[in-house]
Amino acid sequence: MTNTRRTQLAFALIAALLLMIGFVQSWNVSLGILNLCLISAVMALGVNMQWGYAGLLNVGVMGFAALGGMSAVLVSKAPVAAAWDASWGRLFIAAVFFAATVGVAVLCYRKLAPGRQRSLALTLVIITGLALTRMFLDPAISDIESIEPAKTGFLGGMGLPIIISWAFGGVVAAGIAWCIGKVALGLRADYLAIATLGISEIIIAILKNEDWLTRGVKNVTGLARPVPYEIDLQNTVWFIDLMRWWHSGSLSTMNQPEQQQALKQFVIDGSSIFVKLCYSGLFAGVLIIILLLSIKALNSPWGRMMRAIRDNEIAAGAMGKDVTRRHLEIFILGSAVIGIAGAMLTTLDGQFTPTSYQPLRYTFLIWVMVIVGGSGNNMGSVLGGFLIWLVWIEAEPIGVWLMEAGTSWMDESNALRLHLIENAQHMRLFFMGLVLLLVLRFSPGGILPEVVSKQNH
Amino acid sequence: MEALTDVVNAIVLLLNFVVVPGLSYGSQLALGALGITLVFGILRFANFAHGDTMAFGTMMTILATWWLQSKGINLGPLPTALLALPVGIVASIVLLVVTDKTVYRYYRHNKAIPVTFMIASMGVMFMTNGIVRFVIGPNDQRFLDGERFIIRARDFKTMTGLNEGLSIKLSQGLTIIIAVVLVAMLFWFLQKTRTGKAMRAYSDNEDLALLSGVDPDKVVLVTWIITAILATIAGTLYGLDKSFKPFTYLQLLLPMFAAAIVGGIGNPIGAILGGYVIAFSEVIVTYAYRKVFIYLLPQSLEPEGLLQLLSTDYKFAVSFVILVLVLLVRPTGILRGKVL
Repeated sequence: MTNTRRTQLAFALIAALLLMIGFVQSWNVSLGILNLCLISAVMALGVNMQWGYAGLLNVGVMGFAALGGMSAVLVSKAPVAAAWDASWGRLFIAAVFFAATVGVAVLCYRKLAPGRQRSLALTLVIITGLALTRMFLDPAISDIESIEPAKTGFLGGMGLPIIISWAFGGVVAAGIAWCIGKVALGLRADYLAIATLGISEIIIAILKNEDWLTRGVKNVTGLARPVPYEIDLQNTVWFIDLMRWWHSGSLSTMNQPEQQQALKQFVIDGSSIFVKLCYSGLFAGVLIIILLLSIKALNSPWGRMMRAIRDNEIAAGAMGKDVTRRHLEIFILGSAVIGIAGAMLTTLDGQFTPTSYQPLRYTFLIWVMVIVGGSGNNMGSVLGGFLIWLVWIEAEPIGVWLMEAGTSWMDESNALRLHLIENAQHMRLFFMGLVLLLVLRFSPGGILPEVVSKQNH
Repeated sequence: MEALTDVVNAIVLLLNFVVVPGLSYGSQLALGALGITLVFGILRFANFAHGDTMAFGTMMTILATWWLQSKGINLGPLPTALLALPVGIVASIVLLVVTDKTVYRYYRHNKAIPVTFMIASMGVMFMTNGIVRFVIGPNDQRFLDGERFIIRARDFKTMTGLNEGLSIKLSQGLTIIIAVVLVAMLFWFLQKTRTGKAMRAYSDNEDLALLSGVDPDKVVLVTWIITAILATIAGTLYGLDKSFKPFTYLQLLLPMFAAAIVGGIGNPIGAILGGYVIAFSEVIVTYAYRKVFIYLLPQSLEPEGLLQLLSTDYKFAVSFVILVLVLLVRPTGILRGKVL
């Protein structure tokens, strides 16, 4: 079976599954899953760039996704004027001191000869600089956090449409990735993995604790939407007309009062499906753009260079390729894509909750998607994103159902039975691990393995 | 005289909030990091499943503890969990040996690159985590019984007449004692027994060891067994000291990795040193020194703030910053382990 055929078959299967969920459960559920599938696919594309193209092991996916989520808050929330008024002067001074500290430290590092003297100078610069920064930052923070802590207590955002945050999230993630890459990319794969794991934990810790920035564990709710609200749709003439037209078949068989009742229900159901469809359209648009660019990039000379570096760093270096620089490049690009996906996810949720970021869900699950889908193959990552998310979501009801069926011979109130049913949802972790190990063992290339094009000369 | 009491009070304060917690947490980290470093030295990969191995062993110990408690069996002042430990150890040995036979052995025989092992260990991590959550649930479990304290703060105050109390939990004392005994046994094993020597030879130079007739399968098996013992005991001690929650054990992975690398990965002494370095840095950086300085400084200079360098939530950041510093300045770790 050729790879194209396989791709078509696999995606047809996904479509069939989603349709089946739509018919069996409800269209609301099906579209909800589809939206998260689309976001997961974008995230998986980002990880695939780093791992599939360049062999970089980034175990900090969660951190970059959270940075994207933070951007959604910083872009879309209205600025809190009182907080800015109370603190802008000191914030500005703190920012100047911080920038100066970084500048002087970098200068010291570059200009002084390596040795004890340089280490001493660097330590001194950093400690004084940070102390000065904190002298102004700390009071500013306590001012900001004391302004209506129950409602705001943070600086707010820029008050721009939330869709801009998708690009902004990518930029923020790229910026942080640059800092991390500068430090960690010289290391071998194992160390990079551990380093990125640590960084993602730190990013989450910062987002949880810096209330002035993101309200920390108090969460930011009620983010603006890029799509209409259900309640507005239900009172819009064209939408009601659209529903009347859509359901004209079933409506025509009813009498007048029944029609009114039924139409009302159709409009309520239809509005939530319509909103989800709007999201799907937006997400699919982003996915398609990123996918097309990735395919183009992978097949370009640049993509071939990346794969050459991945397969043999030393040989590629000998050919004059700047391995560290290329690694930095791809690390930033991949992280930016993950950041975009993170912003999209927070947009969909309509709220930013730092405590919801957990490594199993946001880092390792994405890795399962990439490995199972096929590392090095963009379509494979998209497929992995869809498939694994579907399984992840549907494993829960199926697991519970299986447990109920398997224990039906027991008594209704049997403690073991209740325990099994209650905890059945956790079996999906076990199942994910099993899928990952099976694919890694028996089909290391994944469902859609990397295409290695042979060039004829 | 009063000045002297103030100094003693300050020292007791530090002992109570920095030294004792640092020592016990450090011992727990050291035992965990030893497992990581052994697997790295012998099997040559960073084992992401280690935190969940700890969780699994601890879970089995907890289940056995509950069973013993329901039968009315206990150890008097000592926690019943000590009696239940062998069950947890055997269970995690079985787990690790089975995962080795079904997962890692294939890659070992095919001479796969370390990254493949690492991704495989992520799969094992998922599966183990799933089992633990399935059996015991994702919530906090307490299984501590027996005496709570060796010294209570109040008793210490009446005994010494000082303002500050020193309290040592029984779990902390046990942790330190057990860690010392365990480490002594491990080093005796590695230095004196034939199998231990074979393990060191294998870790040092695989080909040479194989040439000298070392049985690789036996070395790997023994490594997993030792790792299981260390992981279960470390996890149980941590659970007794704090509490058992599957997610916390996953999070312990980072400080344990940091400890192993900081000390010099593949080097057992380094892992122990690294464990204490990480633990003490976390405690020292996140402790609020206000009260200490109130004792030490004259009244006019009394500090205003909490004098806390970092909020406790940033303790992960501490282990990480140390990790990065060591990687940049001395990539082999403090005690010259392997370079990855």
